[in-house]
Amino acid sequence: MSPLWIVRRIGLYVLVSVVLAFFAVPMLWLASAPFDAKPGLGLRWPDWTSSNVVATFEHPYALTSLVNSLVLCVVATVVTTVLAALAAYALSRVRIPGRDLLLYLLLLLSSVVTGTAAMVPIFVMMLQLGLINSQLGTALVISGGLLPAAIFILKDFMDAVPRSYEESARVFGASPRQVLSHVVLPVARPGVATIFVWAFVNAWGNFLLPFLLLRDVGRQPAAVLLRTLYDEGGSANLTVIPVFSLLYSIPVVVLYLFVNKRYGFRFHGGIKS
Amino acid sequence: MDSSGLGVRRAVGFVAPALLLIGVFLVFPALWTLYIGITDYRLTGPAAANPRVVGVDNLVEAVRDPLFTNSVWLTALFVLGSAVVGQNVLGFGLAWLLRTVRPGVRRLVEGLVLLSWILPGTVVAYLWFAVLSRDTGTLGLLLGSPETAWLVRYPMTSLIIFNVWRGTAFSMLLYTSALAAVPPSQLETARLVGASGWQTVRDVVFPHIRGHVLTNTLLISLWTANDFTPFLLTAGGPDHRSEVLPVLIYRQALESGQLGYASALSILLLVGNLAIALVYLRLLRRRA
Amino acid sequence: MRRTAGLGLLAVCGLLAGCLGQTQSGDQARNADAKEITLTIVANAVSGGKNARGAGWLRNWVIPRFTELQKAKGVTATVEFEQNGAGDEDYKTKVALDLKTGGGGDVVEIDGIWLGEFAQAGLIKPLDEVVGSTDWDGWEQIPDAVQGLGEFGGKRYGVPMGTDGRVLFFNKKLLAQAGLPVEWQPRSWQDVLDAGAELKGLAGVTPIQLNAGTAMGEATTMQGVLPALAGAGRPIYENGKWQGDSAQVKDVLELYRKVYGGGLGDPVLQQEVKGRDRSFQLFSENRIGILLESDYFWRSVVEPRNGVARMADRDTAVGWALIPARQAGAGVGGQDFVSMSGGGVRVVNPNTRYPKQAWEFLQFLNSAEAVEESLAGTAQLTQRQDVNDKVLRGDPMLTFVSEKVLPITRYRPGLADYPKVSAALQQATADVVAGRSPDEAAGAYRAALVKAVGEGNVG
Repeated sequence: MSPLWIVRRIGLYVLVSVVLAFFAVPMLWLASAPFDAKPGLGLRWPDWTSSNVVATFEHPYALTSLVNSLVLCVVATVVTTVLAALAAYALSRVRIPGRDLLLYLLLLLSSVVTGTAAMVPIFVMMLQLGLINSQLGTALVISGGLLPAAIFILKDFMDAVPRSYEESARVFGASPRQVLSHVVLPVARPGVATIFVWAFVNAWGNFLLPFLLLRDVGRQPAAVLLRTLYDEGGSANLTVIPVFSLLYSIPVVVLYLFVNKRYGFRFHGGIKS
Repeated sequence: MDSSGLGVRRAVGFVAPALLLIGVFLVFPALWTLYIGITDYRLTGPAAANPRVVGVDNLVEAVRDPLFTNSVWLTALFVLGSAVVGQNVLGFGLAWLLRTVRPGVRRLVEGLVLLSWILPGTVVAYLWFAVLSRDTGTLGLLLGSPETAWLVRYPMTSLIIFNVWRGTAFSMLLYTSALAAVPPSQLETARLVGASGWQTVRDVVFPHIRGHVLTNTLLISLWTANDFTPFLLTAGGPDHRSEVLPVLIYRQALESGQLGYASALSILLLVGNLAIALVYLRLLRRRA
Repeated sequence: MRRTAGLGLLAVCGLLAGCLGQTQSGDQARNADAKEITLTIVANAVSGGKNARGAGWLRNWVIPRFTELQKAKGVTATVEFEQNGAGDEDYKTKVALDLKTGGGGDVVEIDGIWLGEFAQAGLIKPLDEVVGSTDWDGWEQIPDAVQGLGEFGGKRYGVPMGTDGRVLFFNKKLLAQAGLPVEWQPRSWQDVLDAGAELKGLAGVTPIQLNAGTAMGEATTMQGVLPALAGAGRPIYENGKWQGDSAQVKDVLELYRKVYGGGLGDPVLQQEVKGRDRSFQLFSENRIGILLESDYFWRSVVEPRNGVARMADRDTAVGWALIPARQAGAGVGGQDFVSMSGGGVRVVNPNTRYPKQAWEFLQFLNSAEAVEESLAGTAQLTQRQDVNDKVLRGDPMLTFVSEKVLPITRYRPGLADYPKVSAALQQATADVVAGRSPDEAAGAYRAALVKAVGEGNVG
């Protein structure tokens, strides 16, 4: 508890407050506009009303679209995480010829398909495969785009798992599958958790693919619905958009809190300054 | 080499499902897109009825177009300012500093940083209009100059700050996870010998997470280079002063319907990404 | 195995590129006597979102009624409605992709301005080629100018869904404060500029909002350049050529310079991404004097109950006037006043399995009863004269558009090159707003135009 220590703590908290303000200030609109009788483009103290909330809940597709988003994102996220973890582990442990080159190429190609220019090939391909209007198909396309980066990140984490752990496990007769699930994955857990949340966020915000591939409005996710909240002249319907945005962000925040609590992005204790 | 006893055959089995998915849903459409880049493909109009292969004409046209050169520079600035420097530094700083603050504060900061990352693009655009617009914008009110239209006066600066706000969460998450893998005993030792925070980061932490730093930098650079959100805030304007490459591609593909030309631009963007990746590879080699 | 085979085929197909976009036109009488039919209508309308009223009408009125009518004829009809609610460009892309790959709904709603490029690409075909005879008693109720929305190259492709007209809206309260008459009707551009100069004296008021710049997109062209160009006496597309840096284009850009260089308009607003939304909001807050918009502004923006920028006193506070030509008699066709219009069109997909029934459905959608029902008690300019006579009576603004504006209005050329020309025009106005001279901006516009459509197509 030296004076220097106190000064440094104060400095730390000032710094943290500045950062906090930087991230919090833009959120103010989200706190005021949903409850403002006349929400506009600027920030102002609201004329409190709950009618926006009522209007949003009465919207015929608001809640279904959130459920659809959940289905779509859970499938895409689980597929991405599981396949990426398996592949990253194998790539980390076994030298497959041309491994690095392959990974880079895939990573680069993934930037092509996430762009607007790829929509025609993707659409035509899905049409031929009979996967138009299929949530599973759409989820798989999203996964395909996310996988290279996910493998890339996870491989780093797998590389960092000390091999001595696995060797001792094998000495005790564990099968490779057991080694992966009982030794490697727990150690690489923060990395897996990061990928899980990252994949989810990416799938959650994707507009163009679901818009083109899912035709039935009852199956479209929230990202698509959000774009429909404009009138025919292109003006935004600010009665529903702010409330819906709030609802839209809740699942992702909950997911983060859950994953964080359960699997922990946090430091494994031990150090305190 | 193969401490896990995986064996090549089983390893291939582990990799195969991912590769299959990537092959069908990524490699195939990506190559097709590249192919469209050498045609004059359009969705509507007379050229749509009979697309022709025009070879490298699209690429030549793009390279000669001052708008393209303009957006290459803007994209480079955007990547460097907001990703390589901004998100990286702030993300690591947060991951490092938040270890030592009280859990409540930490969760609050983390939650807000995450929220800015997970909110949908269209909503985020509204949030930032509320900050940067004239008359009622929060920034103008805070700085006492409500008449400044920040997005019009300083479009690129606004976009860079916006993207730091938007994307720092990923770096923070990744660095937090990476820091968790640094053996606590080494940090304890550093503390015992009286190393300062900066010395600890440089000598103990950095060597451990160097791979993560490089991966993170590569990924956020690529994502930023391909990010389309600036369109929602400035639509490339005013007067093309914030027209980064993905925005240019979007406008060519959807607004002008010139899919061939837009795909050619994607090829060039790919070349740019390749350059970023090569720099990264060099750095990685140096590590090994 | 089937999947890989399919993909291989697809790869070859994609590499040859040619097989995309081939649609077969079949026999017009195919399935004409089917006892069980399925029809799909595709519209950019969705319950609870964009054009919700149209969506509700299709779902709750059109589909049950049509099914019933078919049942009376011994036909079991299933009508599906594919709802959308996206931005125009997104919707256009989706519909084009559908039609190009041989799919899509049987009846599709598109913007009239896309008609030409869709037709040129072979995505849609003249109505009589698709369905055979197009005799229908409804045609005589649709004015020729409005029918033109559904025509291209002298052929009829579809049935228009209604139209609109552009006028100058003004805030009567502000005009009164500035000492101007509230029953205001300018007769030349100078009159508008003079009124603007008077309004400039009011604190916190932007006198004139004439859309400019690229951020507003098509709103700049349709609510700015094109009405002005019509007022300067020459349409943008004439005798197979696009207008280059002509005297008329320079006149228009000079008008922009007077507005934005002379402090009558707000240059920054034109560059903001949400500039148009903001201009609506400012107008509703009595902070913009004069604004050029279509009747959409009256119906959906400042509309007191559900508008996006509601004005409780709309009926007394908002006035409207015809858009004057540069000076009396200087407009296109020697007109004193000008306007521009647009509107949607419903077309029958050439790939439909039931051409005859799709055409029946289209007639039903455009019957007097259905059109009136689609308004759900509100007023709007429909395609049918008989319905307009009935529903517009209570709304002075829309009556004005129907009686005074539609006879003098013009439509955009629905050609594939139009979006590029439009973008070049937007850029020219952006240049002027940013302070370049009209001559310079016109020169740059010509260069951009030549690059976009080719030297031979610029007049």
